This record gives sequence, C-alpha cells and structure tokens, in this order.
Amino acid sequence: MPIDILMPALSPTMEEGTLSKWLKNEGDTVKSGDVIAEIETDKATMEVEAVDEGVIGKLLIAAGTENVKVNTKIAILLEEGESADSISADAPKADADTPAATSDASGGKAREASEETPVSAKVPAQPKIEVAADPDIPEGTEMVMTTVREALRDAMAEEMRRDGDVFVMGEEVAEYQGAYKITQGLLQEFGDKRVIDTPITEHGFAGVGVGAAMAGLKPIVEFMTFNFAMQAIDQIINSAAKTLYMSGGQMGAPIVFRGPNGAAARVGAQHSQDYASWYSQIPGLKVVMPYTAADAKGLLKAAIRDPNPVVFLENEILYGQSFEVPKLDDFVLPIGKARIHRKGKDVTVVSFGIGMSYATKAVAELEKEGIDVELIDLRTLRPMDLPTVIESVKKTGRLVTVEEGYPQNSVGTEIATRVMQQAFDYLDAPILTIAGKDVPMPYAANLEKLALPTVDEVIQAVKTVCYK
Amino acid sequence: MAPAKTASTSGRRSAAKSANKSVSKSAPKEFTGKNTPDFDKEDELHAYREMLLIRRFEEKAGQLYGMGFIGGFCHLYIGQEAVVVGMQMAQKEGDQVITAYRDHGHMLAAGMSPRGVMAELTGRQGGLSKGKGGSMHMFSKEKHFYGGHGIVGAQVSLGTGLAFANSYRGNDSVSVAYFGDGAANQGQVYESFNMAALWKLPIIYIVENNRYAMGTSTARATAQANYSMRGVGFGIPGVQVDGMDVRAVRAAAEEALEHCRSGKGPIILEMLTYRYRGHSMSDPAKYRSKEEVQKIRSEQDPIEQVRQRILDGGWATEDDLKAIDKDIRDVVSDSADFAQNDPEPDASELYTDILL
Repeated sequence: MPIDILMPALSPTMEEGTLSKWLKNEGDTVKSGDVIAEIETDKATMEVEAVDEGVIGKLLIAAGTENVKVNTKIAILLEEGESADSISADAPKADADTPAATSDASGGKAREASEETPVSAKVPAQPKIEVAADPDIPEGTEMVMTTVREALRDAMAEEMRRDGDVFVMGEEVAEYQGAYKITQGLLQEFGDKRVIDTPITEHGFAGVGVGAAMAGLKPIVEFMTFNFAMQAIDQIINSAAKTLYMSGGQMGAPIVFRGPNGAAARVGAQHSQDYASWYSQIPGLKVVMPYTAADAKGLLKAAIRDPNPVVFLENEILYGQSFEVPKLDDFVLPIGKARIHRKGKDVTVVSFGIGMSYATKAVAELEKEGIDVELIDLRTLRPMDLPTVIESVKKTGRLVTVEEGYPQNSVGTEIATRVMQQAFDYLDAPILTIAGKDVPMPYAANLEKLALPTVDEVIQAVKTVCYK
Repeated sequence: MAPAKTASTSGRRSAAKSANKSVSKSAPKEFTGKNTPDFDKEDELHAYREMLLIRRFEEKAGQLYGMGFIGGFCHLYIGQEAVVVGMQMAQKEGDQVITAYRDHGHMLAAGMSPRGVMAELTGRQGGLSKGKGGSMHMFSKEKHFYGGHGIVGAQVSLGTGLAFANSYRGNDSVSVAYFGDGAANQGQVYESFNMAALWKLPIIYIVENNRYAMGTSTARATAQANYSMRGVGFGIPGVQVDGMDVRAVRAAAEEALEHCRSGKGPIILEMLTYRYRGHSMSDPAKYRSKEEVQKIRSEQDPIEQVRQRILDGGWATEDDLKAIDKDIRDVVSDSADFAQNDPEPDASELYTDILL
C-alpha cells in the first residue's frame, strides 16, 4: 500500500502553509527521520521529516505552492516492491484559493507562540456588512488592507522613530522577532538597546518596566500572553496604576502593557482567559481592546503617547486578520471613544475586541431577517464611552452585549447595570449579555466551542430583546 | 503589610534562639568601624545631626500615632538611622533612592521636608502626597526619591527599572534600592538580580537586615542568613556592613557606588542593623527579649557611637550637642505642629491625580 505523506500542522492552530522546497525527488529512497521538505509560514520555516521508509513515488504539490491546507496529500511514498504506476491519478490539488489570511507556525510548546488560528477555524470571517466610517478618519483617505499584526508593529515602529524614550521589552521580542511576530523587524531597525529580550520573568520585568517609566522612559512591555501577566499583576496594579495617586500627582508611569489576551485555540484553561473585566476595574489604568487593524494602530500609538499606564489587550486570533487602515503619516485615535461600527435603528449591540467577530457575523444574519442592528465597538474599556452606548439605547430601546470573557462581573454586566441606572426609561426589553461560559476553558475541540459564545447565541439574544 | 501578630514558637525550627546574633563570617568582605576611615569633625557632626533628626522625628511620629493623629500602619526606623545617613553621605545628586514602607528615615535623609513627611503621616493637604499616600507611600521627584512602597519586594524590581533608565540614558547615576531581610525572600528580588547582572545595571541592593521580618527572625525564615551572598548565583558581589556604624556604611557605600559607576553592574550591601521598635505601632515585639533590645541599644546605638566620638575628639562640648539637640527638637516640633494643624485635603482631591 503506498503511504500518503500529508501536509503537517506545525502548531496546534496552523491550518495551512507554503510548501517552499522539496529536498527529495521522485525516486529517492528515504528513511524515517530524513528531512524531505521545508514548509514556510510568514513567521518560520520548518523541516518536514519522513515518518516511514520507502521510495518517493510522486510529489503531488509543487515546491513554492502557497496556502497548502494541513492534511493535504503532498507526496506518496512507495514501500518495497510497489511501483509509481499503482498511484491513482486522482491525487488532490492544493486548495490554494484562500486569500491573504495566512496562518503561521512554529513550535507547539506552551511558552512558544501557539500561533493564531486562521479566520475559518473558530471565528467567522468578517461578514459583508456596511461599516460606518470612523469620524476620526478624514473622508477620502486612502485605505490599505493591513493585518492587525502589521498594524501593531507599524504603530510601535512609528512611535519609536518619533521618541527615543520609547523602547520595547519582553520575552522573545528581539532576536526571535516576537513570539507572535508583532515586533518583527524592530530589532533590526532600532537595535538591542531599544528592543530588549528579557528572561522569562514576568513579575520582574514588569517591575523593571514600571521603574523605568517612573524615571521618565516610555516602555512598551510585551507579555507573551496576558495569561502570564498574572504573575506581574501586582506591579501593573499596585505600582503602575496607583503611583500617580499615592504621590499626589508627582510621578506616574507612562507605560504600555500589551500582548494577546483571551482564548486562542485549543491551548486549554491556563492559556485562554480574557482579562478585560479584571483590568477595566482599576482606577489609574487605561484599558484598550481593539478589534480592527485601524483601531489597533491608532490606539496603540495613542497608548504609547499617553502619560498613564495603558493595558492594551490584543487577540491572537485577530493578529492575522486584515482590515482597512488609513494611509496617514500619523494616525492616532482617541482613547476612550467607542466607534459606531454600523448604524441601525432596531437594537443596540455593544462589543469589543474579538467579541466583534461574533457580533458582525450576527448583524449580517439579522440584516437578512430585517432586524436593523446598531453595532458599537467600545474599543476602550477604561475610560468607558458609556454616553455613546446610552445615546444608542435611547434610540433603539434594546441592548445586547457580546464578549468572550467569563459571565460573572463581566464588561457586559457592568454596561447593563449602568444603562439600567442611566437609561431605564428608554429600555423596552431586559438587557441580555452574551459571554463565555462559566467554566475554565476546556481543551477538547467540541467543549471549547461550547465554552465560547456563538454567533447563534448573539442572534437569538437580539431576537429575544426584539420580541421576535 | 498585615498588622503584627504575636510570634509563635511552634515553627519548624525553634524560635527560641535569638536570630543570627553572630552572623556568619564567611562573607567575602566586611565593613566595620575598625577597618574603615575615621570621619573628620564635619562628617561626624553632620552624621550626628542627620541621625538625630530621624530618631527624634520617629519618636514624635510614635507619639502622634498614640494620640490618634496618625492612622493605619506606621513603621518606625529607630535604631537603623546609620544605614540611610551613611549611604546618603556617599551618594551624589541624581542617584535615586527607593525603599519599602519603613521609609520616613530615607526621606528625611534624602532632604525631603520634615513638615511634608509628618503632614503626610497625619493625612493633611500639606503632606508630600497631599495626604493621599500616607506613611508608606511618599515620593519626591526633586530629591530623586521613588517611594515608599507597601508591597514587600516590589520596590526591588522598580529600583532595577530606575537603574535600567540610567543605563538607557547613559548617565552615571546609581539606583539605591533598599529592602529588608523579609523581602529578600521574595521571588521578584531574584528576577531583578538576574536582569541587573545580565544587563550590568548600576544598582546597589541594600538588604537592611534588622533580624526580624515582622515577627519572624531570620533564623526561622531563611536558609541562608548571610544576605550578602544572595547574589552569588548571579555573579553579583556582596559585602556585609556594620549598619550600626555610620563610618562603615559610608565606606561601603563609596566602594559600591564606584563599582556601579565604573560599569561593573549591581552589588549587594547587607547592612547588619537592628530595629528598636516593633514592626509597626501595633506590634508589641514579644518575639524577642527586652534584654536583647537593651543590649544593642547600650552597646551599639548608632547615634551614641557618633556622640561619643565627637566628645572624645573634643569637636564639641556637651553644651554644643545640647544646642544641636534643641535645634532638632524645634524642627521636629514644628513639623508636628504643622501636621496637626494643616487642613485635611479638600474633598475634591478624591478624584484628582488618578490619570494625567
């Protein structure tokens, strides 16, 4: 029986990659452990080793083919006595028609990047809904499709060019080019004085960052994920957030803590937690959680310039997604301002960060059923732009919130409380809050799906508050 | 910090024996009054004044606490005065200081105003933090004093960050980070040691070993009670210093500052010192004997040592010293009067200084 050689997944969330090079030709004999091919993503090149012994019967995917899906047959290995003639002609072709949403891969160890999930894996692709223009972007501005990853990198690079006091530190930010490649190229441009690899020492380097900020520098501290920042949360809250107050305004900490937050995919409970509501409770912090690449760029630049400590919550799954980013020399957005993502009149949906992925998809479905949703992307969780939400609720009389975090004491329950207090008379239905389930994140694929919110839950909630 | 509890003797090791009375002599180097240069008249008088100011200030703070003017936690520095005064005598303008919550002495030594410190203790608007910080949280950009921190050990990482800033800017300032024998067992201290050694940061780590972490003696809390050796695994040199002798402290400080300024990276100074009072005002200090305290007070008191040398050297008469004493009492009384009469912060201050 000929053996199929399949496109391997090089990390838990990799779905496709480029087959950059064959190191064996048809007719070559291979032993298990021989390197037969190289696979590339935009982040890493990995070698593919043969698992079985035999002779390469046929190479099914040409070197240089991009977007080869995991588990695609890429070659056929013949065992002793078999001939290439026995290979059926219907070998599948690579499915190479997927657009720019590439996935990446490197090791699968917990500490290393577990890589973003491609759009299709968990979160629906951006649906086609009419997106309202951001009033902060001048009309007629040229827009460029950019990934969230590139937008974040560009924001840091631009601010580092502008201000010599800005530097970035964290695990693997320099030579490795970032565990998730957010700091790609920064070491080459700015050198190791300003792009600093730290030991695996979250508590310590968070404190070092805050101390440097108290002395007037403007650190960007990258946490490989905010899950690891729990080791450092004392320095973020007790030192960074409170010093300005405790010093009677004499000194504060102009620092940005950034990194991926929330669930990635299949990384289990300890690597999948959304800290939005945790940090948004703390006076003295600003908390930003962008969804689009434009917001990621404009708000990260604002965060770096902000004289206060800013917790900037990114999302691994969004890193590879592309959005339009205005082509402007210096695109800075205001922190603390929500954006009306889509105007509507029937019901208000409020979300932020990855939650917007569910919300946009739901809105597109609801539009087909004649329900006109006003979708608000909070963008900043602290200070929270409640007036924008209240204005919308006054118009629609109905509200649903969407987020991935745990349901108790969530951002959604906070919004619900405040809307109830400030706009009670305008409400035509109870406010519903869609959140992750009240469980640690499970590993099993089916359970993980169940633990996260779904588009259908959002749709049902919207219909419920509309009494439909 | 949690309030003091009465020490229990039921730990893994018996607490009955007094904490490291005879400290291990295996440290690479020691600074004592015997192997360090004598002070001249000016230095002795300066040290005397500075230490006396801290002592009288702290005594007054203790009184005001008892009268209900000072609330919350109040950790007095009495007994440890030679440490900050000796360090400060060797430092130069621009060197940063950061410490934990037993911080009044550090602030006075850094030149921060006694009125400002005392009014902060009483929570008044003229306090250094406008009354919003309290005993454990005061800062002065002007005096390069970075707090005043209530979380045990947090200031060690922050101080390392101050040193990082010096290194980043390429200036020759040194960060001086104080912490106690208790904080020396916190994990982030070692995370900081590692980074400071790796990046050769200009920082002096000062372990103020006053023998008790709240009510727990060093013998009961630490596997290696020679704190000067805590940097060995990171290649950080360390020395033990007689922290009751201001001459030894200054000599050690000078060498350590030179070490940092010449680009050799961090260094640890273990100050062997003693706190006369309880951990905080609510601590009756039942974990040690009165005799132990009395013996150190009578044999090693840092201020008495200087006073004796001044008299022996004929640099001042008893009357001269009385005059100094009176000056200092006046300064302290003035600060206490101010702190009792200054108004509380305006209610509008509740919502200021949260964000810039």
